[in-house]
Amino acid sequence: MTGTVIAQPRAASLGLIGCDACGLVLRAPSAPQHTASCPRCGSALHRRRPNAVNRAWAYLIAAVILYIPANVLPVLRSTKLFDTSIDTIISGVVSLWDDGSWDLAVIVFTASVVVPVLKIGALALLLLSVQNGWQTAPRERARLYRILEFIGHWSMLDVFAIALLVTLVHFGAFAYVEPGPGIVAFGAVVVLTMLATMSFDPRLIWDALEVPAPASDAGAATASPPLPAPPALTEDLPT
Amino acid sequence: MNTPFIEPETAVAAEPGLVVCEHCDAVHQRPQLAPGEAADCTTCGALLYRRSRLDRDAMLALTVAALIVFVMANAMPIVTMEAGGVVTQGRLTTMVSAAWNSGIGAVAAIAAATVFLFPLAQLTLYLYVLMARQRQTLPADFALAMHGLRLLRPWSMVEVFLIGVLVSVVKMTSLAMVKPQAGLWAFGVLTILLTALSTFELRELWADDDPPPEPHR
Repeated sequence: MTGTVIAQPRAASLGLIGCDACGLVLRAPSAPQHTASCPRCGSALHRRRPNAVNRAWAYLIAAVILYIPANVLPVLRSTKLFDTSIDTIISGVVSLWDDGSWDLAVIVFTASVVVPVLKIGALALLLLSVQNGWQTAPRERARLYRILEFIGHWSMLDVFAIALLVTLVHFGAFAYVEPGPGIVAFGAVVVLTMLATMSFDPRLIWDALEVPAPASDAGAATASPPLPAPPALTEDLPT
Repeated sequence: MNTPFIEPETAVAAEPGLVVCEHCDAVHQRPQLAPGEAADCTTCGALLYRRSRLDRDAMLALTVAALIVFVMANAMPIVTMEAGGVVTQGRLTTMVSAAWNSGIGAVAAIAAATVFLFPLAQLTLYLYVLMARQRQTLPADFALAMHGLRLLRPWSMVEVFLIGVLVSVVKMTSLAMVKPQAGLWAFGVLTILLTALSTFELRELWADDDPPPEPHR
């Protein structure tokens, strides 16, 4: 790749706008931010997601705050005979490991600890990079965002696991499992980080690289249809 | 949809030969893809669009199959556990009510929504839009159903639930006899079917040149 130069023309500078919902490409020379809607699917047209940075920060900060009770408070209180053990997310992973199921310990550790921490860190990095107009590594940052989108909901794994444990393990005095408040906080963290990821607009990553637009809005309106190059083709379906 | 229909002065001709990358706003020409091919953005590397190996009829068949499996997955027990002569069955419904009753209502709501309600809504809407596409005119609700599908996509978590169940089954083996039941297999099949459905480009359903949907109010 060519580093900090964008080879491909961008919709905003060509007076085009792509509908986020149905993908229709429209000629919208001076469409203001909120008034127009797509003639095909009726959803509002935006050049960029509205208030992307502020919304993403708001969700992210809420997630960071809730991440503390999610890790400190117990997620599971299990009683076996007269022996009560209180598990947090981390101690649950440790006890899985001690029981010999290291593979599951790795899965749960990845889904419940690594993914949320990386997600929060990566999203904060992306937001800072966009706010400060960083020009380095846009492709890598774009890929980081796609990874965030893809892995977001996998952190819900522990929440489901604990819900099933609570359902099955209740036979009187022998063994009893109760959920702790930590799991509610954790579920909220997962939802909030997903919302933060959805609010962010990855197009902002590339806006910092754009050379100041030579044509005004009026100029772009009369420009001839652009003839951009075809996209790269890949043989296999991702995902 | 609270936005007014497009205003004449901002409304504008569509450019059917172009595609705009959702992730970086780069404009590309839109080539015809062969089934199974995908087009990536040359600027940022994101997927622009793809053509599934499945056509619409295959999608419809998969959707119907997934709905049947969905019913099975929720009607049958996922796991049973035996301890001290007592057998406990775990279904999704019992999970949700147990979570609700033990003071973690938020978790119950999340599980009910992401494993039951959203996947069911997704499959129903798939059925609706795919059947609507077979007719000459699109129903007025077509746009609404398509928006619903787009919004639901990230919030359907059947595959995460499946792995979560497997994790808790292993956790419980130290406590009691835990046996996977038919519901678990059904959830496995449902995960596969939903994954296959998600390879289908939803936007492809808009793209047809057939009559445009009636304006939606």
